[in-house]
Amino acid sequence: MVVVTSSTLAIEASGLRKAFGDTQAVAGVDLAVRAGSVYGILGPNGAGKTTTVRMLATLLRPDAGEARVLGHDIVEEADEVRSVVSLTGQLASVDEDLTGQENLILIGRLLGFRRKEAKARAAELLRAFDLVEAAGRLVKNYSGGMRRRLDIAASIVVAPRLMFLDEPTTGLDPRSRNQVWDIVRTLVADGTTVLLCTQYLDEADQLAEGIAVIDHGKVIAEGTPAQLKASVGSGALHVRLLDPEQRPLAEQALSQALDVGVHREPDPAALSVACARPERAAEALAELSRVGVGVAGFSLGQPSLDEVFLALTGHPAEETDASEELGPGEEAA
Amino acid sequence: MSTAPARARTAREDQALHAALSVRERPSRASGLSACLTFGWRGMLKIKHVPEQLVDVTITPVLFVLMFTYIFGGAIAGSTGEYLEYLLPGIMVMSVLFTTVYSGVALNTDVTKGVVDRFRSLPIPRSAPLVGAVLGDSVRYVLGAVVVIAVGLAIGFRPDGGVVGVVAAVALVVVFAFGLAWVFTTLGLLLRTPNAVMNAGFMGIFPLTFLSNVFVDPETLPGWLETVVEINPISHLVTASRGLMGGSATGGDIAFVLASAAVLAAVFAPLTVRLYRSR
Ligand SMILES: Nc1ncnc2c1ncn2[C@@H]1O[C@H](COP(=O)(O)OP(=O)(O)OP(=O)(O)O)[C@@H](O)[C@H]1O
Ligand SMILES: [Mg+2]
Repeated sequence: MVVVTSSTLAIEASGLRKAFGDTQAVAGVDLAVRAGSVYGILGPNGAGKTTTVRMLATLLRPDAGEARVLGHDIVEEADEVRSVVSLTGQLASVDEDLTGQENLILIGRLLGFRRKEAKARAAELLRAFDLVEAAGRLVKNYSGGMRRRLDIAASIVVAPRLMFLDEPTTGLDPRSRNQVWDIVRTLVADGTTVLLCTQYLDEADQLAEGIAVIDHGKVIAEGTPAQLKASVGSGALHVRLLDPEQRPLAEQALSQALDVGVHREPDPAALSVACARPERAAEALAELSRVGVGVAGFSLGQPSLDEVFLALTGHPAEETDASEELGPGEEAA
Repeated sequence: MSTAPARARTAREDQALHAALSVRERPSRASGLSACLTFGWRGMLKIKHVPEQLVDVTITPVLFVLMFTYIFGGAIAGSTGEYLEYLLPGIMVMSVLFTTVYSGVALNTDVTKGVVDRFRSLPIPRSAPLVGAVLGDSVRYVLGAVVVIAVGLAIGFRPDGGVVGVVAAVALVVVFAFGLAWVFTTLGLLLRTPNAVMNAGFMGIFPLTFLSNVFVDPETLPGWLETVVEINPISHLVTASRGLMGGSATGGDIAFVLASAAVLAAVFAPLTVRLYRSR
């Protein structure tokens, strides 16, 4: 039997709670993250991911509960925690009015590098993150993917022992997403522990060794990606249509072909349907083309976050109370 | 790149990343002073990259100089030159005080954009970004003053206090701006958007500037208004600047200005720091 001692744990949290007014953002979260691994926190909008990470990164003081990050108490030894972690927040936390190079020099100087060292370090990071050409451009003119890469670069000006990554690929195209994933893998291969918040089971599956699913500020399931997927049951066929207008037609065709309910993804052109066997999926796709629905792409794979939620909680992810509490204006932010 | 479009990063980049990740040793911590100066440098870069912001605030005072000098100057004080002696120090004060609103707007922008989260997760004193920003903004304040003085000089402003008097006046205004800026940084942490900070800031600073002796001699005003104008610290600041530029400064006004700046800083600087920490 493997004894997990506190020294092999990068994060140990128990009973973390935080409320904002009447909203209980985090309602008792326990975590145990092994050093040197990627650990995923998976949850829908408003589940409490960001609040949890902000507490662990010492930006917010918990109302109750305690946590140690790399052996340091997040309240009593906040300063020590800050000197061994770095945070890549949900909003790319770089200065838009500065150039990419200036952003990195700024962080280098603040960490205590001399001017020349900071400059050399910035150049090295710009090379590593494929940002050399954009180095002298203002960040406000960067694409989302470039901004994210710069943001991660800023987090490793001194490679941290633990890195918080809050939804690093939300809003990125597949190419940029792959780039970020590769960067995370390299980070971990070089010994950094990563706590990754995400809304995508797929992302957690790609990167994480362990996953905690949270909802309403509580951990509702925990395990390896394989365990989670197994608990959800079958795989799923994901289809993206050429024309979102055809979705009702596609929905009908798929549900007839596979004889199960079809799930509408948040993307207006996407559908998913439970389907464990490839040959059934092939039949379903053939049915789509027979009724004249144009398919932009499909994959037979893992259940989406929605399906995981449906299986774990009995309700889809969108219908949590937390997201209802958001005003119509805030939801877009 | 052309051979493997699906794989986003090249082997060379991966190597560069591994190399980049080999820097795991933290240098010894930046001192509080060096962190503040670094944030000051950041403020300077912003002036360089977003000069529009400075133009936005100084354009109104410059227009006022031109408008009042040429349209009302003759009627109010007899001659354009004389009126400029009276008007210009006041407009310079106005220009600098308008600029202080931007200290609050900038801080709010940092909060809403998430930059503050990164700063707060660095091992630096938590007040360093604030102190450094206000330091960097002093350059902005000086520029706000210089623009107005330059326009004045171009249209015939010849202060009796000479270079020394003008420099002293600018210094006094900048010191007061240091105090006042903390009011706007507090506002910057209380309100939700940069625009809200700007609107609220100008809603406060505009009437305060107009209810001072920037444009007219308070003795020409009705009694109650005269009282308001006379207790307004901005009036004392304007009188002191006029005195310094005109070579006849009064110690009382200067002391009053310094004291109000100290009071503003003593109340609002700790408040800003507290709000910043507890976000
Ligand atoms: N500063 C705050 N003030 C008030 N309420 C807040 C604050 N921060 C978070 N909340 C609320 O706490 C709850 C959890 O928010 P949190 O940002 O942690 O969720 P999340 O899982 O990160 O969601 P998302 O995927 O949208 O980023 C939400 O209901 C949110 O509205
Ligand atoms: Mg979040």
